[in-house]
Amino acid sequence: MKKIKVGMADYNVVKAPGILTTLGLGSCVGIALYDKFNKVAGLAHVMLPSSKEIKNNENKAKFVDTGIELLIESLLKEGAVMKNITAKIVGGAQMFSFNNNSSILKIGERNVLATREKLKELNIKILAEDTGGNYGRTIELDAEDGSLLVKTIGHGTKII
Amino acid sequence: MDVENLNSMMIDVLKEIGNIGSGNAVTALSNMLAKRIDMMVPKVRILEFNDVAEILGGEEEIVVGIYLDLNADIKGNIMFILDLDSALNLTNMLLDKEDDELGDIAISALSEVGNILASSYVNSLSSLTGLKITVSVPSLAIDMAGAILSVPAIQFGLIADQVLFIETVFKEGKSSVYGNLFLLPDMASFEKILSKLGVL
Repeated sequence: MKKIKVGMADYNVVKAPGILTTLGLGSCVGIALYDKFNKVAGLAHVMLPSSKEIKNNENKAKFVDTGIELLIESLLKEGAVMKNITAKIVGGAQMFSFNNNSSILKIGERNVLATREKLKELNIKILAEDTGGNYGRTIELDAEDGSLLVKTIGHGTKII
Repeated sequence: MDVENLNSMMIDVLKEIGNIGSGNAVTALSNMLAKRIDMMVPKVRILEFNDVAEILGGEEEIVVGIYLDLNADIKGNIMFILDLDSALNLTNMLLDKEDDELGDIAISALSEVGNILASSYVNSLSSLTGLKITVSVPSLAIDMAGAILSVPAIQFGLIADQVLFIETVFKEGKSSVYGNLFLLPDMASFEKILSKLGVL
C-alpha cells in the first residue's frame, strides 16, 4: 500500500487505500484529519502555535493555524466534505526539562493548546488525542478507516 | 542577519569557532577517559527542517541527546548526541563496567560528560570573544532522533525556514564511541560573536 511520508513543517493528503506517516514527532504536533464517508485522510506536521506571533511566516505548513487551513483546503480538493471532517492529534511532548522552564521548552504544550483551539473554531471534533509527556512518537494514519497508529520508544504502541 | 545570507567569511568564522570550541571539549573528554579521541573538521550546516534528522541516520534512529542552555551575553544551545551503543561504550569506559544497558548511574555520568563538553566548548568561545556565557544544568533524553532534534528545529523555526548549527563529529580510537556536538547560537548572538571578532 502507498505510504506517504510527511516531514517537519509539511502536510499531505491521501484517498483510500493509502497511509500517511510522520516519524519522530517531538514537540511538534501531528494533526490527522479524516472524512470517513469519502475516505480522505490528511496529515500535517506543525512546529509552532501561531503564524501571527512571528514575522517570518511565509511557510504556512510550519504553524498550527495556517497549517490546519492548508490541510483542510487540500482535503476538500481531494473530495472530503467539511462537515464530515474529524481530528486526532498527537505529539506536543516536552523532550527536555530545565529548572527555569523557558517558553521554548513548553512549546509542545502550546502547540497542543493552539491545535485544540483552532479545531474548535472550525467546529472540527477531536476524536482522540495522544499528547504531552516527554517522549517522541511516530504515527501512521490509515485512509481506509481513519485509525491512527502511535509508536514510541519505551512507551508502547497503540491505535487511537 | 538571516540564516540564508551568510557570506563565506562568516561561515569560516563559525567553522573556526567550532574548531576551537570542540577542540577544547574533545580534549576534556580525552583527558577524562585517558583515551585518544579523534575529531573531524567541524562543519557549518544549514539544513531544511526535513533534512535535519537525516544527519543522525533518520528520524527513528534511537539516540541519546544531552541539551544545555547558553545564557548571559550569548544565547543558544549546545547539544551533544550519541548513538545508543556509543553511549553505552562511553559510560562503561568511564565507570569501568561491562553493562549492556544504560542504568541510572550511566545516565547521570552521561549528563556530566555533556556538562564538561559544553563547559569546555563555551569557555573557549568566551575567552575568544570576551563575552560572558553561562551554561545551564544538562537535560538528557533517550529517544528518536527526529523528536530530539525537533527542539532546536523549533527554535530556529521562530526566525527562519532553515536550521543552522556547527557540527563536530568525534570518535574514540577504536570507533567504539562516535558522537556529534552541536552549537546552536541564536541569530542575534551570532551577530554579537561576529562583531566581537571583527567580521561584521
